[in-house]
Amino acid sequence: MNQTNTYDDVAVRQFSIMAVVWGIVGMAVGALIAAQLIWPQLNFDLPWLQYGRLRPLHTNAVIFAFGGSALIGTSLYVVQRTCHVPLFAPALARFVFWGWQLVILLAAISLPLGLTQGKEYAELIWPIDLLITVIWVAYAIVFFGTIAIRRVKHIYVANWFYAAFIITIAILHIVNSLAVPVDFLQSYPIYSGVVDGMVQWWYGHNAVGFFLTAGFLGMMYYFVPKQAERPIYSYRLSVVHFWSLISIYMWAGPHHLHYTTLPDWAQSLGMVFSLLLLAPSWGGMINGIMTLSGAWHKLRTDPVLKFMIVSLSFYGMSTFEGPMMSIKTVNALSHYTDWTIGHVHSGALGWVAMISMGCLYNLIPKLYGRDAMYSVKLIDVHFWVSTIGVVLYIAAMWVAGVTQGLMWRAVNDDGTLTYSFIESLQATYPYYVVRLLGGTLFLAGTLIMAYNVWKTVGAGERRTVQPVVEPA
Amino acid sequence: MTVFWSIFIIVLVVIQVVGALWMLQSYTTVAKADAEADTTGHVWDADLREYNKPLPRWWLILFWLTAVFTVVYLAIYPGFGSFGGVTGWTQNSQYDQEVAAAEARYGDIFAAFAGMSLQDMSQDADAVRLGRNLYLNNCATCHGSDARGAKGFPNLTDNDWIYGGTPAAIQLSISNGRIGVMPGLGAALGDQGLDEVVAHVLSLSGREADAGLAQAGATRYAQLCIACHAPDGRGVAAVGGPNLTDDIWLHGSRPEDIRAVIADGKVNQMPAQRDLLTEDRIRTLVAYVLSLSRGN
Repeated sequence: MNQTNTYDDVAVRQFSIMAVVWGIVGMAVGALIAAQLIWPQLNFDLPWLQYGRLRPLHTNAVIFAFGGSALIGTSLYVVQRTCHVPLFAPALARFVFWGWQLVILLAAISLPLGLTQGKEYAELIWPIDLLITVIWVAYAIVFFGTIAIRRVKHIYVANWFYAAFIITIAILHIVNSLAVPVDFLQSYPIYSGVVDGMVQWWYGHNAVGFFLTAGFLGMMYYFVPKQAERPIYSYRLSVVHFWSLISIYMWAGPHHLHYTTLPDWAQSLGMVFSLLLLAPSWGGMINGIMTLSGAWHKLRTDPVLKFMIVSLSFYGMSTFEGPMMSIKTVNALSHYTDWTIGHVHSGALGWVAMISMGCLYNLIPKLYGRDAMYSVKLIDVHFWVSTIGVVLYIAAMWVAGVTQGLMWRAVNDDGTLTYSFIESLQATYPYYVVRLLGGTLFLAGTLIMAYNVWKTVGAGERRTVQPVVEPA
Repeated sequence: MTVFWSIFIIVLVVIQVVGALWMLQSYTTVAKADAEADTTGHVWDADLREYNKPLPRWWLILFWLTAVFTVVYLAIYPGFGSFGGVTGWTQNSQYDQEVAAAEARYGDIFAAFAGMSLQDMSQDADAVRLGRNLYLNNCATCHGSDARGAKGFPNLTDNDWIYGGTPAAIQLSISNGRIGVMPGLGAALGDQGLDEVVAHVLSLSGREADAGLAQAGATRYAQLCIACHAPDGRGVAAVGGPNLTDDIWLHGSRPEDIRAVIADGKVNQMPAQRDLLTEDRIRTLVAYVLSLSRGN
């Protein structure tokens, strides 16, 4: 078959497999640092295993290695199918894969060595930042090049979200990482004081908005209707929620800096736009879940669909929780507590990881020319193990966070604080155990997935070349 | 904020809110033909289609409610450029009000002891309890919740006082803070000199030391150390020179710890509490600290 008439899925396959691998690595590091909070000896008195160094390794591994691989991989798959053309510049797609893996490898070395910019979710030092920029531009060329040569007039909604994700992450990464190098390993940001703080959280919150929300909504918009075999619920809803989501998200960053030296006006705007973000965020959930109307019975038999629906439910829950936490009076209680950690993980485990897993279960058999995954039963086991894991994790962190917040503000009859910090830490201890249990269950689920993927990919001959579907 | 930036912010906020609502409204009203159509007619990848159902009513209400909240909030609170909101609220004014309210509520509890001497307060259960609460909030981080200190942070339960143990001296230490400076003498002494001075310092508290080295160290000690630690090694409280003849070692008791402090020096700071706590409160802290060492 002529090369130009077949899809190019080499990088898609590579990214899909590595998403599973990095998922295991990132979650395992997460479980280790969760255990360190219970048994501090687990750092073995080695600097490379200190909590402060492994925590950014965990966040970078799960967000950019696991999430990034899932996003880039699926986007390269989806853009070909919905544009009815093979990839534009497939060699560049190979470069994106190997470059991204190199970035991950450099992160895995530099972060335990303590090399950091000290910006949350943007810890990697400036030479790696430059490498990321080059790779991201290459990725954008492949993606938008494919859009440009499409053979259908309308651009499918999934691609809007992937496109917003690619463009915005480029802007966020470059603006937040602007720095003056001192030497090869160290640099200082060009911003100072509260401006630096604001730029960082403009980046940080939009990394949530565009990497962890818009990107995965792109994934959802292709794979949910495919898996459910139903049309998307509402085109007009997708238009309204897309534009309102991507514009309003830009304002929400200051809610990370409530009651700080950030000027009052910026804090207020961060708060009100976070609340205004609730409906646009839920638009995606409605479109995903309502796509199933008329096909609810499939949930009984199809664990892949269960992953998708439960992930959309967690998405709805955490995009409700976020605006609530951005309200100053709520934030005064929740800020700096483990509630924030719980909120992040209801999004990261419940939404990001579970939608990725659902989509990968749909995608991997197709990529390797199989009719289905090796074991549907194991998908179901994975679903239940990880769902229970998420619920344990976030429930433990809610209780821990509210407990901490209440203990920190409790006062005696004479106005002095009732509890010392260490007492609030002692009160949190049992919940840290529950959190470790939840996280370990989630990791165990991913290991089950890895086994299932291994058996699926390894079974029999690969039939991997797929002809381009003619536009309707 | 300059007029330019104020207008810049206001314009962007208006464009965002009005733009989002205009789009919402324009997609809320559905053309009849659209409403009757089954799907949009677009097909991708063989079977991907889209319905074009109306925006859910409850979702529209939610969107509009958050928009109304946005407008109302920006009328009341700062956010709309340099317009500070009708209430004039700022986080600084909220802080000042809360501090004033707390002072109005709790100030008298501490002021009640204003006429009592520190020595008497240290025997008064109520004053000591108040002082202990303040101690746990403000001091325990360094001195420990049992006040027994840690390496670098003095034990408050013994009778050793670097700056003096009178009530007035303790109050001064808390109010104004202290900065203890031990100059580094490594360059002046050299390796041999350090060995000698360490031996002499060890001998001051009756610890085992090479007699010859200690003898030589005594001469050096007399030249370099007596101004702060006194000729007999009992220290000079007026300059915060610690007593070297007891078995209390703030920065470690091993010969190598002592050698490191002499060689490299040490700057140790007790932060001033004067601007953080009222005098009435500091006095209850003094009472608590005095009560700690009474048993010893």
